[in-house]
Amino acid sequence: MDEALLRSLTPGVLGILVRRGADFAAAEDAVQDALVEAVRVWPADPPRDPKGWLVTAAWRKFLDATRAETARKRREDLVDAEPEPGPVPAADDTLQLYFLCAHPLLTPSSAVALTLRAVGGLTTRQIAQAYLVPEATMAQRISRAKKTVSDVQFDQPGDVATVLRVLYLVFNEGYSGDVDLAAEAIRLTRQLATTIDHPEVAGLLALMLLHHARRASRIASDGSLVALADQDREKWDTRLIAEGVEILQAALAKDQLGEFQAQAAIAALHADAPRAEETDWVQIVEWYDELAALTESPVVRLNRAVAVGEADGPRAGLKALAELDDSLPRYTAVAAYLHERDGDLQTAARLYVEAAEKASNLAEREYLTRQAARINRKSPPHP
Amino acid sequence: MAKYLLLKHYRGAPAAVNDVPMDQWTPDEISAHLQYMRDFADKINATGEFVDSQALSSEGAWVRYDGEGRPPVTDGPFAETKDLIAGWMIIDVDSYERAIELAGELSAAPGKDGKPIHEWLEVRPFYGNSPTITE
Repeated sequence: MDEALLRSLTPGVLGILVRRGADFAAAEDAVQDALVEAVRVWPADPPRDPKGWLVTAAWRKFLDATRAETARKRREDLVDAEPEPGPVPAADDTLQLYFLCAHPLLTPSSAVALTLRAVGGLTTRQIAQAYLVPEATMAQRISRAKKTVSDVQFDQPGDVATVLRVLYLVFNEGYSGDVDLAAEAIRLTRQLATTIDHPEVAGLLALMLLHHARRASRIASDGSLVALADQDREKWDTRLIAEGVEILQAALAKDQLGEFQAQAAIAALHADAPRAEETDWVQIVEWYDELAALTESPVVRLNRAVAVGEADGPRAGLKALAELDDSLPRYTAVAAYLHERDGDLQTAARLYVEAAEKASNLAEREYLTRQAARINRKSPPHP
Repeated sequence: MAKYLLLKHYRGAPAAVNDVPMDQWTPDEISAHLQYMRDFADKINATGEFVDSQALSSEGAWVRYDGEGRPPVTDGPFAETKDLIAGWMIIDVDSYERAIELAGELSAAPGKDGKPIHEWLEVRPFYGNSPTITE
């Protein structure tokens, strides 16, 4: 059975239940129960109309649960209200669900959890494993999130930017557990792109595809990080790159530049270089300038300093770096790299060690420590 | 979405404000303290922020490898150790500020005379995943 297909039906089915008058929290539980039943029943007895099957099963689950909980009168009202089964506009419902699950009332972690469950159709256990927390904790997080949005009108227009931030978070979380969150984020962003024509949705999808294309080359066989310049470009997925570039070009043609399009443009320029030395750093710096105009993020200006270092030489990069706050994450790592490029190995090695101590993840700490060790072997520190 | 370790020490932390050892509390004060800790755990369970909590015995030993074919060397108990960990709580929260807020609340657990202990807790961030998008 195709689990991805099954899960792709989740938001549409949930939307139908909510439109029929079920409250969001109860409808979401009912859809989960129906998905579990589908996994059990479909392999032996595949339905002709999978979505219709799920709607029927979920509605029945919902009525059962309602029956157990509320008065007879309320139930009869609901049964009376049940519309004739028939084609339902799925796209709008799906979009509304994205908005609801990324609602600004939710904290980032609850928006992520709710999106993965109610839009993505993942089970609580799968989400808990992916984020390395107990299943009971994730269950609480999701039920609390549902309570938080319980008074939000399903039809209320939402903000695409909040949805994109949630999807970006999911993508960037990487690959822990047996759920591939990066692939899941791509699937959800693709699905979003079919429900709304928005250049930033396309921009984020392109950005994800272009980064996902490099996945096989990012991590060495021993688990260590491989810097972009050292990656084996033969391993890059050219099909994903071509798709990402095409989506990006169509988005840019609409002439409504946004943060994700600009980031994707930078990723596309990297993807376009057959060898690291052939990277068009001058154009990358221009894109960072565009990006800096769109966002206040100091991280952009830090990355810009790296690009300036490549385009105009390490001295220029260090000069750009000097204008920034040295408490920024990765500031020291960038300084170390630029000093090494500038030939000041002693300073570079010292800064790499310092940067390693400040790293926020183990892979980066090890990477930076190796850089210091590499330089120290070549050029031992003065006594 | 980051994990933090809240670390409680038997020894080694700076002195608490209400620094009276538990054996000098009344039984009710001990009960009130334990109830506070349970309530705190229940609370962060309900908010979906709880990951793990364990208490450690104060007994233990140092162990090290002593070469091929030899049993490991042990030393201890920890009589000489200045720093002795009593237990931990692991939380999964949206921000560093939230981790500090929760640690502060945990440190307010009542002790002697039912007053907050103001115990010093150590807050240590876990290493996270390396993000996919960096440039």
